[in-house]
Amino acid sequence: MTSTLDENNKEKMRSVSVDLNNDASLLIDIPDALCERDKVKFTVHTKTTLSSFQKPEFSVPRQHEDFIWLHDTLVETEDYAGLIIPPAPPKPDFESPREKMHKLGEGEATMTKEEYAKMKQELEAEYLAVFKKTVQVHEIFLQRLSSHPMLSKDRNFQIFLEYDQDLTVRRKNAKEMFGGFFKNMVKSADEVLISGVKEVDDFFEQEKTFLLDYYSKIKDSTAKAEKMTRAHKNIADDYIHISATLNSISTDDGTANKKHLEKLSDLFEKLRKVEGRVASDQELKLTELLRYYMRDIQAAKDLLYRRARALADYENSNKALDKARLKSKDIPQAEEHQQHCLQKFDKLSESGKKELTGFKGRRVVAFRKNLIEMAELEIKHAKNNATLLQGCIDLLKSN
Amino acid sequence: MADTAREPPPAESTDFEELEDAEELFPEPAAADNESEPASLPAEDISTNSNGPKQDSLFDDDPEDLFAEATEEVSLDSPERDVLLSDGPSPAITPITPPLSVITPCLGHDDMFTHSSFDEIEEEELNDSFDMHISVSDPEKVGDGMNAYMAYKVTTKTSVSLFKRDEFSVKRRFSDFLGLHSKLASKYLHIGYIVPPAPEKSIVGMTKVKVGKEDQSSNEFVEKRRSALERYLLRTVKHPVLLKDPDVLQFLESSDLPRAVSTQALSSAGLLRMVNKAADAVNKMTIKMNESDAWFEEKQQHFENLDVQLRKLHASVESLVCHRKELSVNTAQFAKSAAMLGNSEDHTALSRALSQLAEVEEKIDQLHQDQANADFYLFSELLGDYVRLIAAVKGVFDHRMKTWQKWQDGQMLLQKKREAEAKLQLNNKPDKLQQAKDEIKEEIEELEAKVHQGERDFEQISKTIRKEVGRFEKERVKDFKTIIIKYLESLVQTQQQLIKYWDAFLPEAKAIS
Repeated sequence: MTSTLDENNKEKMRSVSVDLNNDASLLIDIPDALCERDKVKFTVHTKTTLSSFQKPEFSVPRQHEDFIWLHDTLVETEDYAGLIIPPAPPKPDFESPREKMHKLGEGEATMTKEEYAKMKQELEAEYLAVFKKTVQVHEIFLQRLSSHPMLSKDRNFQIFLEYDQDLTVRRKNAKEMFGGFFKNMVKSADEVLISGVKEVDDFFEQEKTFLLDYYSKIKDSTAKAEKMTRAHKNIADDYIHISATLNSISTDDGTANKKHLEKLSDLFEKLRKVEGRVASDQELKLTELLRYYMRDIQAAKDLLYRRARALADYENSNKALDKARLKSKDIPQAEEHQQHCLQKFDKLSESGKKELTGFKGRRVVAFRKNLIEMAELEIKHAKNNATLLQGCIDLLKSN
Repeated sequence: MADTAREPPPAESTDFEELEDAEELFPEPAAADNESEPASLPAEDISTNSNGPKQDSLFDDDPEDLFAEATEEVSLDSPERDVLLSDGPSPAITPITPPLSVITPCLGHDDMFTHSSFDEIEEEELNDSFDMHISVSDPEKVGDGMNAYMAYKVTTKTSVSLFKRDEFSVKRRFSDFLGLHSKLASKYLHIGYIVPPAPEKSIVGMTKVKVGKEDQSSNEFVEKRRSALERYLLRTVKHPVLLKDPDVLQFLESSDLPRAVSTQALSSAGLLRMVNKAADAVNKMTIKMNESDAWFEEKQQHFENLDVQLRKLHASVESLVCHRKELSVNTAQFAKSAAMLGNSEDHTALSRALSQLAEVEEKIDQLHQDQANADFYLFSELLGDYVRLIAAVKGVFDHRMKTWQKWQDGQMLLQKKREAEAKLQLNNKPDKLQQAKDEIKEEIEELEAKVHQGERDFEQISKTIRKEVGRFEKERVKDFKTIIIKYLESLVQTQQQLIKYWDAFLPEAKAIS
């Protein structure tokens, strides 16, 4: 299915991270996406005034794997070791709507035609929501890159945006994938290293403590928020069934009750739409917010890891230098190596400090915006519900 | 259908206790036009055993004897009947409930009276603004261990003149309610009255209470039961005929009530009930009735459909209750998690906002919990009650079928006897002939009377059902409307609370800098 997302919708969605895509010199968006079986094809559209690009405006089709390639390439770039690399967008996950579709197929026999149609509608809405979400996270990933002074100039980034052929050749082949996998495993072992390394800088000491703790908390909150959203969705589904059954009862009823039942059925149909909106808004503003920053914090932790590694390297180089001086052998190489490590470490620390401070600011702003918007939406939906309900009550009482 | 065995009328109390819907031993009404007779004795029930017709012969024998037993009722009834026939407010009557051994006959079922008494009842219904408030409250555990039980306080506030006082209360236990229903069912179901069903037993639920677990689920169970008992009583007294039944009056008023033993699930009465239910089901399948009255066919179909739809709706609402409870739990968990996140957050203003968020979510989880209760006690239980009520309605239709069957059986038997008589005429054995002819003639006379009675019974039950269904449908519409409005109001309240909570949170979120 194709989805063309209008500007309004995108504005609503583009809220997880703020202040993106404001620089007219490089504007990126994903106006379009196609879903074929399980593969999603994104249309990446770029508008730029920069001379480094061949054309001022162009679009290319990209798959999820291409985004992952770009991300991993950036992570592996030595020069960016001191930066928080924006987290890779998660793989499009249609598991939930697919499961629902399965259940719907099984339960078809027990439902009326209208009920089935409504459930199908609900299912399609969920499919669409997942779809929109995945487009959003992919888009934000690119926009984070384009907003970053250093990363936006990355050559691979440019290739990603511009190259009008299939990127598959440039992507990791199977062996390299495996290598990446292994690296991840080693990395988690080294995370212990972060905690273990003696920190010299107060700022980083604090950040380390904070990020490690915050990560686990936010991960938990994300999971719990997701469960809340799921329960809301279940309630919306129940309202569908209730509405449909009330409708069936009303068609069979010949008394004055008939009108009451029709009104009631109608009410539940409207309520379920509102409940559905409550669920999806909560998901976007709360769950997605938490999920995004969970990943972002992981990226920040990765930065700390890299710095800790650099520190470890520096300390090892110091030890090597001492050994060399003791043995009076290869002293210049050792000195050079030590200098090199020190420089690298200093550069990482400086850039890291900047990045982490910026990150905190970004995080606070995003939380503020989303919490405000969520509260406002909750109020709006509750008012809507109250009006619908009161209207029905008045109608019932007057008859 | 020759019946030979004749059981002696069970006169001992114990036997009666063992029987439920089965062997109702009401003598047939005597000459219909005699007012002074205790004519308020309903026609006999077709016992739910398959040897139903067999019972018929019993009553033909000694109507006088059975009347003698019922003498107490006679004196009891006449003043009551006078009350019904008069228009003005009736003097208070002190019902003397007979011992359990004799099941109280109900009112006005003789041909002549039914019509008028029904009208009277309706009139009285319109005259009395139905002023009766019953509450079931203060569940109290009595006793220990497996013999423990819950005693409930039943308080009645009324200006209905049937009662001695305006306000009174008694202590009752669950089996008392079941006993009341059992008595009412045995008296009224088979003649077409829709008797509200009693709440269901729950061995598991009750055992937990007995064992003394003072936890959330056993408290919920007691509350659920208390609420169900209250609704059951209210429905019962709303029925104009049932309200005046001495057993109902005794239940509400008298401080001592003999224990209803036959309601125990595992008693012999319980087993008998199960057997009867099974026999019922089989019989129902084999009765093929020629429905001449379109009204009945239409209504039966209507109730069949309604049954299916209500069950479906009930299931959906039960699912809603479950999910709402889930939402409450999940919200509570999220609240805790958000609080921890707030603690962990090092930006002061954001930290505070997150803590506030946690507080809001905690309040909201309580809101969802309360809403789930409203979902259950108002909506779900209403539907559950009506699913059971419709089963009672369907039962009443079934009784009509049985009545018809009985009438038809009688006719068939009569036919056979007539044929036998004709055969005898052609027989050439003069010595046996006269005796046989006389016997057959007598039998035919009896059967003719029975067939005639069967036809009247059938017409009577059809008439009663029509009225009952009309009343039931009216009640149903009113009931649904009242409770649904209440339920919707609970939903409105929840939404308004949500608005309040989020409104309070908004400035906190905006304060993040």
